[in-house]
Amino acid sequence: MSDAHAQNPDTASLAAAFEQLPHLLAADPDLVRRGAFFDARFQVGIGSTPFDVKLEAGCITGFERGPFLMRPWRFAIRGTSEAWSHLWQPIPEPGWHDVFALTKKGCMVLEGDIQPLIANLQYMKDLLVLPRNIIVGR
Amino acid sequence: MPPIIEPIIGRYMMLELSGRSHRLYFEEAGEGIPLVCLHTAGADGRQFRHLMLDKEIIRKFRVIAFDMPWHGKSFPPEGWEREEYRLTTAAYTEMIVAFCRALELDRPAVMGCSIGGRIVLNLAIEHASKFRALIGLEAADFQAPWYDTTWLNRPDVHGGEVCAALISGLIAPQSPSSARNEVLWMYKQGGPGVFKGDLYFYRVDGDLRSTVGRIDTTVCPLYLMTGEYDFSCTPDDTTRTAQKIAGAEVTTMEQVGHFPMAENPQQFRKYILPILEKISAAS
Repeated sequence: MSDAHAQNPDTASLAAAFEQLPHLLAADPDLVRRGAFFDARFQVGIGSTPFDVKLEAGCITGFERGPFLMRPWRFAIRGTSEAWSHLWQPIPEPGWHDVFALTKKGCMVLEGDIQPLIANLQYMKDLLVLPRNIIVGR
Repeated sequence: MPPIIEPIIGRYMMLELSGRSHRLYFEEAGEGIPLVCLHTAGADGRQFRHLMLDKEIIRKFRVIAFDMPWHGKSFPPEGWEREEYRLTTAAYTEMIVAFCRALELDRPAVMGCSIGGRIVLNLAIEHASKFRALIGLEAADFQAPWYDTTWLNRPDVHGGEVCAALISGLIAPQSPSSARNEVLWMYKQGGPGVFKGDLYFYRVDGDLRSTVGRIDTTVCPLYLMTGEYDFSCTPDDTTRTAQKIAGAEVTTMEQVGHFPMAENPQQFRKYILPILEKISAAS
């Protein structure tokens, strides 16, 4: 994916919102509690910008913005800028309001060994919409 | 606050289905026109408790909801431990007809949601004369699948948690938190493999695309109502189905998803009351 595309203003603002994820999770002790048995290393793709996330006991202990060279991960969730932009609206529109609505639509994909993701699915869904708490202009 | 005893009454019935004895649990409230309610896959009859507590409804309707075998307080049949549960179109249809016969209901109205909505279409195809009205919530003759059901029952994933997490996205964002979490709790309580077994009917055995055109709404009126936030059975799925059925009435419900009666009872009420009024006026 081209770096020029990653600089698309929309993608850039979405990626900037996602960069707040460690702070947003730390401010949500109930979500941390629900992840007490969840350790994982995964990537999240915000448009063409990948993020490497390391979770231990429900807490983010590693968080880095790509691009990466040969960085391993167990599972990945990648969505178009349009998908994340809609999902993070305060009240998303029908069909744009859930990870699986978006995978069904074809603008989000789950990749790799998704067993840890499925075993902690509500935690992951709640984690990935935390940027909704930040105003994201479209 | 003083205690409140609700008007809902629960009872058990021994009922033979597919040649096997079943202990079936059902709840009811109200008097008048029988309205049999069919819950969604992997859940139970509690989804209809708000209708049973609605004074305006139970003044004219006897609202009844049974827990399907394997669901809620209904047990699976004896020997369940040696089989994989799989709901079929034939068994589901027989179950509803047998339940209505057992209670000696006089041409009841039937309202089903999701798989209950799908089977309502089959009741319209095969048994229309037995019913005074049929209501399909989140109903279509077929829908494109959106996840692999093998994740629903395997030892390295908690079944209740994953069932609830998957369907959580089918609830509209506007639905009140308390009702949303009540829906999720029912999914977390489901028995192992039961939601998956229900979806065998939904995805494999219950494709009605080739038969739904036979429905004659002059024999029994058919109402189809789908929530705009339902991406499993979308309003387009329901509309496409209705286009094959002359006389079917279609409504897209705003600000609700796949569980209208349970996830947002107040919003659902706006849509269901006029239909119940029509059924009452015609009875």
